[in-house]
Amino acid sequence: MAVKTFTIDGQQFSAQEGETILQVAREHNIPIPTLCFLEGLSEVGACRLCLIQVEGNNKLLPACTTKVEEGMVVHTNTEKLKKYRRMTIALLASEGNHVCAVCVVNNHCELQNLAYEVGLVRVRYPYLFPKKELDATHKRFVIDHNRCVLCTRCVRVCDEVEGAHVWDVAGRGIDCKIVTGLDEPWGDAETCTSCGKCVLVCPTGTLFEKGVTVAEMEKQQDFLKFLVNARKKREWVYEE
Amino acid sequence: MSETITISPVTRIEGHAKITIHLNSSGEVEDARFHVNEFRGFEKFCEGRLVWEMPGITSRICGICPASHFITSAKAGDDILSIGIPETAEKLRRLMTLAQWVQSHALSFFHLSSPDFLLGFDAHPAKRNIFGLLEFDKEFARRGIRLRKFGQEIIEMLGGRRIHVPWAVAGGVRQPLEEIEKNQILSWYPEVKETAKLALDTLKTIHIKFQREIPSFGNFHSLFVGLVGENGALEYYDGNLRIMDSAGNIIADKLDPKKYFNYFGEATESWTYLKFPFYKPLGYPKGFYRVGPLARVNICDFIETPLAEQERKLFKTLAGSSEAVNNSFYYHYARLIELLFAIEKIEELMHDPGILGKHVRAKAEINSLEGVGASEAPRGTLFHHYWVDENGVLKKSNLLIATAQNNIAMNRTVRQIAMQFIERKKITEGILNRIEAGIRCFDPCLSCSTHAMGKMPLEILLIDENNNIIERKLR
Ligand code: SF4
Ligand code: SF4
Ligand code: FES
Repeated sequence: MAVKTFTIDGQQFSAQEGETILQVAREHNIPIPTLCFLEGLSEVGACRLCLIQVEGNNKLLPACTTKVEEGMVVHTNTEKLKKYRRMTIALLASEGNHVCAVCVVNNHCELQNLAYEVGLVRVRYPYLFPKKELDATHKRFVIDHNRCVLCTRCVRVCDEVEGAHVWDVAGRGIDCKIVTGLDEPWGDAETCTSCGKCVLVCPTGTLFEKGVTVAEMEKQQDFLKFLVNARKKREWVYEE
Repeated sequence: MSETITISPVTRIEGHAKITIHLNSSGEVEDARFHVNEFRGFEKFCEGRLVWEMPGITSRICGICPASHFITSAKAGDDILSIGIPETAEKLRRLMTLAQWVQSHALSFFHLSSPDFLLGFDAHPAKRNIFGLLEFDKEFARRGIRLRKFGQEIIEMLGGRRIHVPWAVAGGVRQPLEEIEKNQILSWYPEVKETAKLALDTLKTIHIKFQREIPSFGNFHSLFVGLVGENGALEYYDGNLRIMDSAGNIIADKLDPKKYFNYFGEATESWTYLKFPFYKPLGYPKGFYRVGPLARVNICDFIETPLAEQERKLFKTLAGSSEAVNNSFYYHYARLIELLFAIEKIEELMHDPGILGKHVRAKAEINSLEGVGASEAPRGTLFHHYWVDENGVLKKSNLLIATAQNNIAMNRTVRQIAMQFIERKKITEGILNRIEAGIRCFDPCLSCSTHAMGKMPLEILLIDENNNIIERKLR
């Protein structure tokens, strides 16, 4: 495989053909915020939080799906990008019903952390206050659509890792939502194995364990690396 | 009645307590109304949420007594799960409730009321607060601040040092108490006990100083309602309802708080959206009642701790032989007796080996579609009532808070003061101060009433017999 040479934020790097900008950035501790991306799952480029600028291209590109190219000049932290990231988080916040103070993942929430990270202090968009449901029909888990950012991590982990494909995306635009089975209550979805992987990968308080109270849900995601490693490399090691 | 007065809900000024005073055709005060905030919005907000989340959600109702709400909410949750909670969990919840009492009662006396009493109602408003008190009597004010901190410290300690953490949950509590924390609590003794005694001594000098004012500070007959322990003791966490009349007769006893809706009705008035709870058998308005410290100390047979029991006996002598103490000014006295009790009781709990148990949370599924929790919040009996579906999602809720139950009594108090002091259709500063002090007796949990930074923001309207506003005072 060919090696590509390029710069990120003025620094020279080289990487194998086929690697993404995000992979290189992570390897070298260059911070790029991500939301839909999760190591171990396929990349979908859905959230647009990891946007970068490539000289000579007037479109902003998602770092998680953009492959390295020879001579590429990449910027990850321009004022424009910072502004866009703040906008993205603000839009996500205004589209749902996020009341962090009474949320099960308060203080352990990826969306909250991202808001701090990108320096979002105030949401300038009008809140939509959409009417969304909470489905508590599953014996062990709950989904509260009010907090869903449609990152599809749950869809992917269930399909790619657990192999059950319980989750899907239905509807368009503002009506877009994730569904279980054939858009039936989660408790009726027969393919669900109750493994809980979706709950753990969900970055927000959308999916949680029944019985937890405010700020009590913490999500451990290292299981994913372990499983992927075991599958790909046949190595049963638990990486820290 | 000279004329029926209907006031369209005048716009509320955020954070102001609104009072309207109604005059008759000869210019005398006929009625006065204290307009309390509306809480119903919160109940709507809870619909569609899970019963397990409710302690966290309802603890946001009130910034002063979040613990009372999350504990009562957790109790309603226990009822829905139909489980008994571990012994240690109950002890810890009791500890939390007492800490909430200390924190809230200390705030009420030291920060909010004593500046008026000690500096005088006519002192400059900028001085009539905890800072003015610090200048006036540094040691006294500092002790008060520290006493409140003692309560806050326990609340934060149990909640894992986070403000507003709903530490009580359906089935128990989230974390046990550590030995080191227990010792930390004990290290506050004997200081806190001394401070509580000091507060009582100070209040007694105030009783003498205000002998002329006291008789018109909400002095009327009413029922008294609250929880008492199995053995008739002053209760704060559990127990059964007891109802006493103003003559001191127990007219109902051992009522199951879970059936509160059988005993209390809610009347409506055209001039406010707020409901007026009353004791059903006596009807409205005859069955109106008071809750909170005055009611609790009145209705109990005794207090379990020695110092507070001594004070209770003295308190009883304020009224004739077996009569109930009817004067609302003595809410302050009852509050300080409870403060002393809470401090003594916390010490007792700290020496109970069971308090350090590690098993503090029981789990269960939804076993009942309806649940009620009741406990004694600093301001009075608090009820949380939830209806859920089989998955634990709330279909409906009813929250009966103490301030709403004292609504009629607060109105009477304001009316009494207005009748006594308003002359020649004029609202003077002195009247404002007295009305404020009258409301403070009840320590209502309204944002306006808890401004620690000085006088209560009030909006007073004087309304003539034709329903015209003839004077409006704002501060
Ligand atoms: S999911 Fe995150 S951002 Fe949304 S309410 Fe919960 S804590 Fe807040
Ligand atoms: S439920 Fe969670 S993981 Fe699934 S799409 Fe929504 S936010 Fe993402
Ligand atoms: S992380 Fe790249 S688009 Fe979501």
